[in-house]
This record gives sequence, C-alpha cells and structure tokens, in this order.
Amino acid sequence: MSSLQSLDIKRRSATTLPSTQARETLEVAKLIDVSKCIGCKACQVACSEWNDIRGDIGTNVGVYDNPADLGPKTWTVMRYSEVEEKKGEEMAFEWLIRKDGCMHCAEPGCLKACPSPGAILQYSNGIVDFIEENCIGCGYCVAGCPFNVPRISKQDSKAYKCTLCSDRVAVGLEPACVKTCPTGAITFGSKEDMIDHAAERVVDLKERGYANAGLYNPAGVGGTHVMYVLKHADKPEIYHGLPKDPQISATVGLWKGVMKPLAMLAMGLTALTGFFHYVKVGPNDAEAHPDEPEDGNGPHVIRSSGPGQMEGKGNVNPGEQA
Amino acid sequence: MTNHWVDIKNADVILIMGGNAAEAHPCGFKWVTEAKAHRKARLMVVDPRFTRSAAMADLYAPIRVGSDIAFLGGVINYLISHDKLQMEYIKAHTNAPFIVGEGYSLKDGIFSGYDAEKRKYDPASWGYELDKDGFAKVDPTLENPRCVFQILKQHYARYTPELVSKICGTPVDTFKKVCELAASTATPTRNMTIMYALGWTHHSQGSEIIRTGAILQLLLGNIGVAGGGMNALRGHSNIQGLTDLGLLSTSLPGYLQLPKDSDVKYDDYMTRLTPKPLRPNSTNYWGNYPKFHVSLMKAWYGKAATKENNWAFDYLPRYDSGYDIIKTFDLMYDGKINGYICQGFNPLSSFPDTHKISAALQKLKFLVIIDPLATETSNFWQNHGEHNDVKTEDIKTEVFRLPSTCFAEEEGSLTNSSRWLQWHYKGAEPPGEAKGDPEIIGELFTRIRALYAKEGGVFPEPIRDLTWTYKIPTSPSPEELAQEYNGRALDDIVDPKKKDTILAKKGELLGTFAHLRDDGTTSAGCWVYTGAYTEKGNMMARRDNSDPYGLGQTLNWAFAWPVNRRVLYNRASSDAAGKPWDPKRKLVFWNGEKNVGSDVPDYRPDAAPEEGVGAFILTAEGVARLFAPTGMAEGPLPEHYEPFESPLKVNHLNPGHADAFNNPAARMFKKDRAKLGKPEQFPYAATSYGMTEHFHGWTKHLKGNAIIQPEQFVEVGDELAKEKGIANGDRVKVSSARGHIEAVAVVTKRLRALDCGDTKVHQIGLPNHWGFMGLAKKGFSVNTLSPSVGDANTQTPEYKAFTVNIEKA
Ligand code: SF4
Ligand code: SF4
Ligand code: SF4
Repeated sequence: MSSLQSLDIKRRSATTLPSTQARETLEVAKLIDVSKCIGCKACQVACSEWNDIRGDIGTNVGVYDNPADLGPKTWTVMRYSEVEEKKGEEMAFEWLIRKDGCMHCAEPGCLKACPSPGAILQYSNGIVDFIEENCIGCGYCVAGCPFNVPRISKQDSKAYKCTLCSDRVAVGLEPACVKTCPTGAITFGSKEDMIDHAAERVVDLKERGYANAGLYNPAGVGGTHVMYVLKHADKPEIYHGLPKDPQISATVGLWKGVMKPLAMLAMGLTALTGFFHYVKVGPNDAEAHPDEPEDGNGPHVIRSSGPGQMEGKGNVNPGEQA
Repeated sequence: MTNHWVDIKNADVILIMGGNAAEAHPCGFKWVTEAKAHRKARLMVVDPRFTRSAAMADLYAPIRVGSDIAFLGGVINYLISHDKLQMEYIKAHTNAPFIVGEGYSLKDGIFSGYDAEKRKYDPASWGYELDKDGFAKVDPTLENPRCVFQILKQHYARYTPELVSKICGTPVDTFKKVCELAASTATPTRNMTIMYALGWTHHSQGSEIIRTGAILQLLLGNIGVAGGGMNALRGHSNIQGLTDLGLLSTSLPGYLQLPKDSDVKYDDYMTRLTPKPLRPNSTNYWGNYPKFHVSLMKAWYGKAATKENNWAFDYLPRYDSGYDIIKTFDLMYDGKINGYICQGFNPLSSFPDTHKISAALQKLKFLVIIDPLATETSNFWQNHGEHNDVKTEDIKTEVFRLPSTCFAEEEGSLTNSSRWLQWHYKGAEPPGEAKGDPEIIGELFTRIRALYAKEGGVFPEPIRDLTWTYKIPTSPSPEELAQEYNGRALDDIVDPKKKDTILAKKGELLGTFAHLRDDGTTSAGCWVYTGAYTEKGNMMARRDNSDPYGLGQTLNWAFAWPVNRRVLYNRASSDAAGKPWDPKRKLVFWNGEKNVGSDVPDYRPDAAPEEGVGAFILTAEGVARLFAPTGMAEGPLPEHYEPFESPLKVNHLNPGHADAFNNPAARMFKKDRAKLGKPEQFPYAATSYGMTEHFHGWTKHLKGNAIIQPEQFVEVGDELAKEKGIANGDRVKVSSARGHIEAVAVVTKRLRALDCGDTKVHQIGLPNHWGFMGLAKKGFSVNTLSPSVGDANTQTPEYKAFTVNIEKA
C-alpha cells in the first residue's frame, strides 16, 4: 500500500519528526462478532479480490483452515478450534471460528519495532498501514507484533498484512470483508459505536448462558481497532491462541521507550541490519525462488521471544487443534 | 419455502434439520442471526455432524444418518403426550377431525393395501369415510377412534424417547431438550420455523421426512404464520424455477402432469387430475386444473390446439413410468439409450454409483454437453489416473460440447427459495463461442423443425405446430419467454359476475391466473407464474423494498409466485373467526368485510369466516393434511424405515419384520440391489454433502474457491480414528460395495460415535466437491460410493445415508 492519507498520519516508523496534524479523523474500528461468524470465508475471498492478491492453491492439512496460515498474499484467514467449554452449568462442545489478521493496535508493536522510516504508518483514524515501498524486509515488525501478523514475502522481501482497507476507508467505504460478510458478523464504524454495539451483543450472549462473554480490546497494546466479541472473553487463548494479555515485546520497549538516549543509536543499528539483510536476501534472491510457497515466514525473519510474543504466536500446527 | 428468507427473522425458535444453512446458504442464514439478535430466537440444529450451523446453535442434537422420521415422530409423540398442541389451530386448519375408513390399518410397519410382489401400495383403504354426498365425515370433538387425530396419536405413541434414542443415537436428555424448545411454540404468539434442504430429500424416504416435519409444525400451529413454515432451502440459484417449470420426466409446467399410458381418453386424464371437494365449502383450487392445462396447451400450440382436438392433447407423450436419472442411466447402462443431451448437469460427478454412470456413458453413441465448463461428464472419456481410470481407446462415444453462458453472462429471472422471481441483467459478455441456453435450444429447434418440414417423418405435428413466434427464431429473448409463461388473453376476458366488465382485452398480458379460462381464450406457459410480466411491466424487475408492516413482506420487491403471495396458507395466521393468532404479526385477517393484511390473501378475499371455506385452498379437504389419504407412495403417515444401507441389522421400530426394514415402496433395480453392502464389511454410516467454500463441482474451477478449500478430505470422528490408527492429515481409503475413494483425513470431535441400542455407530463425512477437472487438487467423485436407490415418490437418490469402510491408505 502507499498512503492515500498523507494529511491524517499520526505516527511514522523510525521517525522523530512530528507527523501531519492538520486533519483529525474519527477513530474507527472493525468489530468481529465471533458468535455470529459462520466461518464461510467470504471475507477471505473478498480481501483477496479487493486487494487483487491470490496465494497458491495449497493442500488440506487435516483442518478447515485454508490457507493454513496468513501470508503475504493472504491477509486474513479463518481459524477453527474445537473446544469443550462451560455454557450455563454444563460443559458443551463448541467449534470456535475466529477471523485472524491485523488488530490495528493503538500502540502498534510492529511500528515501534520498525527501523525503516515511514515503512509503517498509523493514521489518526487508528489504522496501521505498511507502506511497502519503504519496507526493507528486515522482519522487525514480525518480531514486534504480539499477534504474529506480518508476513515477509519471499518474492520481494516486503512485509504485508491487512490494511483495514485504508484505501476504501479513506474514501468513506467500509472494508471489503465487512461489506461481504453475509451474517453481519463483521461491522465497521467509529470505535465508540463499535464498543456500544459490542455491549449489546454481550448482553445477548450472557442471556444465552455465556457468563463470561465480553469484548476483546486488549489494554496491553492500548486497545485495538479490530475488536472481537467473544463468548468466552475470560479465555481468549481458546480461540486458536488469541493472546490473553498481549504486550509489545520487551525488546521493542527497550529500544524505543526506557533507553531513550540509546534509541537513536539502536535505530541506526537496526537500519543497518536491515540494510545488510537487504544486501543479503535482496530482490535477486527472491527471483531465484519464484515457485516457493508464498505463505509463512522466511528463514531470515528475526523472531523475538519476549513475554507477550510467546502468547501471540498462533503458530500451533492447526492440525493439533482438531 | 412456504414462507421466505426474510421472514425467518420473525421466528422465535428455528430448527435446522436436514440442512446446513450456515454453510450452504450463508446469505440466507443472515436472517437467522437477525432473529437471534432481535427476537431472542433460539436456534436448534439436529444433524449427524456438528456443522458450522451447529456452531451457531443454542442447542445441538446429534442424530444417526437416515433416522429423521424416528426423531420427528418422537417429537410428535412428546407434543401429544404432554398436551403441547395448539388445539384451536388443529381443529380449525387440519384434517385432525376427519374420519378415516375402516379399511385402514398399520401392522408391523406395513400399511393396508400393500402388494409385496410389486412393492407397491394401493391407497384405496387410506381414504376418508364419506357421507351420502361424497363429503368426508368429521368429528369436531376429535374423539372418534378412527378420526385422524386419534390415529396419529396411536401411531406416534410408539415413538418413545427411549426408542428414539436407540434408533437415532441421540442421548435421551438432548432429545427431550429439543422437544421442550419445539413445544414452547405451541402457543399462538410463539412460532417456530423449520429450515431443511437436501439433508432431508436425499433419502429413500425423503418426502416422508418432510411430511413428518410438516405434521409437527401443524400440531404447533406454525404453518401459514409469520416466522413459521416448512422452508426448503433450494440449492442451485434457480432450482426452484426448474421445479416450477416442470423439468421432471412426468411433469408439465406449473405442477401439472403429463398424461399416463392409462389416460386413454382426454376425459380420463382430466377426471383423474381434477379433484372433487371433500368438504361442502372447500375451495378445492385444483378443481381449476382444466383452465391451467388448456391455457398451457394454447401457449404451446396456439391455433393448432382446438376444442375439437382436445387442445392438442394427443401431441403430449404419455408415460409408462418415470424416467428419472436412476432409471435413465440404468437404461443407458443396458445399452437401451443411444444419445444423451446433457444440459447444465454433471452426471459423472453428481449421480450415484460413479462406476455405473461411467460404464453407461461409454455405451452411448453420442453425448451432447451444454455447459459453461469442461465438466467431468464432458471429459468422461479421458484417463485421469486413479481419479478416472478409463480406457480412452475403447470408448466410441462421440462428444459434442456446446459451451453455454454462466448466470452473470445472461439476462433473465431466477426463482429463489422464497419463490421470488428476480430479474437480473447481463454483467459481462460470454467468452469465445459460448451462447445462452435459449439460443442453443433455438438453433437446435429451428434446424430440427426444418428437417421435419423437409423430410416429413412419423409424427411431425408436435414439432411442426409448436408456437415459435419469437422475433429471432434462433434466439428467443428472455422477455419473450417470460411473457409466454405469464400468458395472454386470446380474446376479451369478461368478468363472469359482471358481464359488462372486461378483465383483460384480447392480446393483453394477464395480471393473474384467476383470469385463466378452459375454453381456449387464454394462454399461460406456466400458470403459477402468471402475474410476473403483466401490462404494468416486468414485475420481477421491481426493486422497492419498503416494508410497511415491518415483517419483511416487501410486496413490491420482485414477484413471488403465486400472485405475489409471500407466505403460503397465510389465512391460517388467523383463527376460525378470522382473528389473528398473534396481533403483533398479522398476515391475513377478516376486517368484517374482507380478508386483508400484510400479504396477498391465500383465500377468497370476500370469503367470510362463517362460510367455513378452509385455509388450505389447494387440498380438496380445505384443511392441511396430517394424514394423507392419497399422494404418498409409502403410506398416509410417515413411518421410520432404515436407509437401504444401514449400520444396523434391525429396524428397532419393527424388529423381526424384514419387509419393514427399509422403505417397502422404494424402487431398486436388481443389479443395484446386488451391490448393497452388509454391516459386516461396511460397518460405518456415511453421508455426503457440500461445504460453504464450494458449489458442487463448479467452483473448483475458480482460483479463489480452490484456495480456500483446495483438496478433497473426509471427516472421521476422533474415536474411530484412534481405533483405526488414523492421524489427522493422513491419507485414507474409504470404500463401499460399489468402489473406493482416497482422501485426506480430517479427524474431528464434530463427528461423535452414537449408541444405537447394542450397536455403536461411527459416522463418516464425505464432502463432495472435487473431481478430475478444474483448478483444485484432483479428487474422486464421492458418488463412487453412493447407492442407486431413490425416494419412493421422487426417486431423489439416497446420497445422505449409506455404509462404508475406512482404512489408512
Ligand atoms: S464473511 Fe463473516 S461470517 Fe463469513 S467467515 Fe468472514 S466473518 Fe465469518
Ligand atoms: S496486530 Fe501486529 S501488525 Fe497489526 S498493528 Fe498490531 S502489532 Fe502491528
Ligand atoms: S480490512 Fe481489507 S485488507 Fe483487512 S482483512 Fe478486511 S478486506 Fe482484507
């Protein structure tokens, strides 16, 4: 993506200069009501059609999840989990279906970790966008993301993820997945309205015996602009590893927060690493493997293992969940 | 659907059984989420598998494939024995008070009138006791032991919760929860809708399963009301249109019938199909049969259809038996069919017993394929390794492929499940040489007619005289076809009550089938569609969704047959006095002068309640049939029989009576019967189905769909998988008495083992979307496994219940 919203930028990665302040936009959010989602994957297809990206035709690995993971050309996937949980006084079998993708964190770990100026933006409406032309493919965003979302393409060594359809939102349209969702499981609007709508849904779910129904809008990342209504908000991890208390990796915090005086130096170093990486992996390398599967992280991706990071890894072999 | 998609939002309880709306009808399922969110509706799903619909449900009950009648019969028993009935509704709107003749009996699972040799019933003994005027006798107190209510009560008293559990494998307490929730709608202000689909029709007793559901709904007063009904979710976007236009071997458009061999004379035919009223004031709408039939013949044969030649009656073929797909391919297999025109159909993938279908196609001299895609059938002669292992060099069949258009490449109407005819416009030009189906048929017809004109032939008249007045004879336009099925006045149509009023002038398009005549002065190619394209324009193209009553009726959106009526039997939404059962959801009621409301009344508008006309105008009784004295092949009341291949050795309802093991009236050809598996070799129950990611075998040709469900798999319960050493993602071989397939195993808790008496039943799920054509990974036709046996009334194959074995490949 390149930015359509140059007047609305709230933050830019690896930049100390102030961002544009002239225009304030409404803070938006996408609300995914997991209790209404039928797992039809229409949103997946809509995403690939609107953004005109199509991954490979894969295989079945023993579950309904297809493609099996997020990828540079797969920005959202449905995750299916078979669980046994309490409903009222009894235990009931449930098939939980969660639409996975970027959460558009208010405090985005990806942006904070990114060493390349302007490769990641946050608009004043809350959307976190990757500007691929500025991306150096270092993979720090992957390490910095507590939700394990960004994926580096082996084709072009750029990081990709859901844009929250920033291009559509910029011109007053709802995201493509929202428009397509046949059941109304995904809604889009001001963050405030979405929180209100979620509250109504929670009342309904509680009335149906889900005592712990609630909104997922985790404080550890300052809240998110993609939120979930969960029947079991006390146990988000049963939804295919949704982190219970996501935090930005300690390493990222170290670079940019506590050790401020060292931050500039650190950034210089990371940029350098990125540069080396670019030289090492480079576009030529990508062209050498045009047929490799597009999904999944490349071996060159740096993974951090901060505390929040572990929880965020939805990396369990989907097969194990079945 | 008796009701319509939007109306589901008016329901208080939703039962999805014999269908999987969330997966197969995701857009329609939206109305379920609406009902849940805004009416606090409760959703129940009864299914062999924990489906994506079940994932949305408040209550899920597992059931063994093919045991639906036992389950529903048990619910009926619960309602009657717990007095959870909407009694006033039952007395006013059903045949509960009707007295059945003395000859009727049921013994050991077999009804009176059975001929074991022919595997056929003579329904004579199922009829009502008639009075001297030929009307059925009734007992309004429902106490007469031979009244329908008492017979029904006695019949289903046998379906105890314990027996249901033994047959269906549903735990007793779960079953009772379903009963209780259904029973909560026995009050006038709570309604339940039933959503079903191929999970009910794909059985050797599919029609009776649906009837059991209808009986249940009638006992609860849930038919003809908002948020109620029996709602068949149709699969293909226009399969309702196919049914309405009568594209079945013994049908004519608008649910009229082809004559039989035994209809020697025109009068035989008309008398057989024109019923007499069974109650003094019943509307008996089918009494108008001659008007519909004569108008059809005028549409088809114009001036060549005259009173003297019985409206060209002899131009119609008379049938000796149905020519359903099973029969047709059986004949083809026997070498009795030389050529086959296959339009929009993929038999090799879709019909049971793939090996038999392939062998049959190989015996053809020619095969014509009219399809937008290169299908498995069009390429049946190609060797695709294990997925289609044929000897190409031995196949002599000549295949002609006539590429046709996809729906978005053509203009016209599609009839959806709600019975709405919705007009749509062309979105793109078809690629290459592809042509629309009317153009292909137009070309074929004009050339064949020219041949008849030139060469004569044995009986050229039905072809020669066919009305073919389209502007471009080789390419009839959608508007011309729509106007033809709507029908016209061929002369001035005068109001029979007010002779000075002309209802329709000569040449005008008709506004309603009430104006059809049996004297040759009207035409209508499909009488139920009359009103769709009138002098006011194309009613199907209307797009005004205003909803003055807030019930989602939207009378100005498209056109719903019949006569733009949105809910069938809507007069039953009021009591005998014409007062709505639920003042908040009024459909049709008596305002002192007329029947009015939010819908087009399914009733004579000026029929006062005192007239006792009856809310079900299509039956000769005027009321709904709990007990069907005619019309069903296997008996007047649904009875549980096992599928033709069952994992059980006995029918627990009638143990020790082998002739009542499976449907005694279902037809099965000898060579197919020889290929039935026994539980010893094929111990597991299997069911085939579609998934949300694909539409039959079509969407595997599209990259987007191929990505989201790329490869064939089978679903296995974790308990059985463990027993068999099958791990998730392993390749497995699934076999039946007819062949085998191989696929990836999805090991899941969603298919649980069921306790059916002394047998533990494991069930295996077989999604059927893959084949050897298209972009997805190559796969097998699941119908390699399914048996060639169909429903006794419709011959719809038993795709949903058969037996298999499974092992690691
Ligand atoms: S389109 Fe809506 S219902 Fe379908 S999978 Fe996506 S979120 Fe769920
Ligand atoms: S989910 Fe990950 S990629 Fe998305 S904004 Fe948050 S940190 Fe960045
Ligand atoms: S918001 Fe746009 S980019 Fe993100 S998942 Fe939805 S369609 Fe894809």
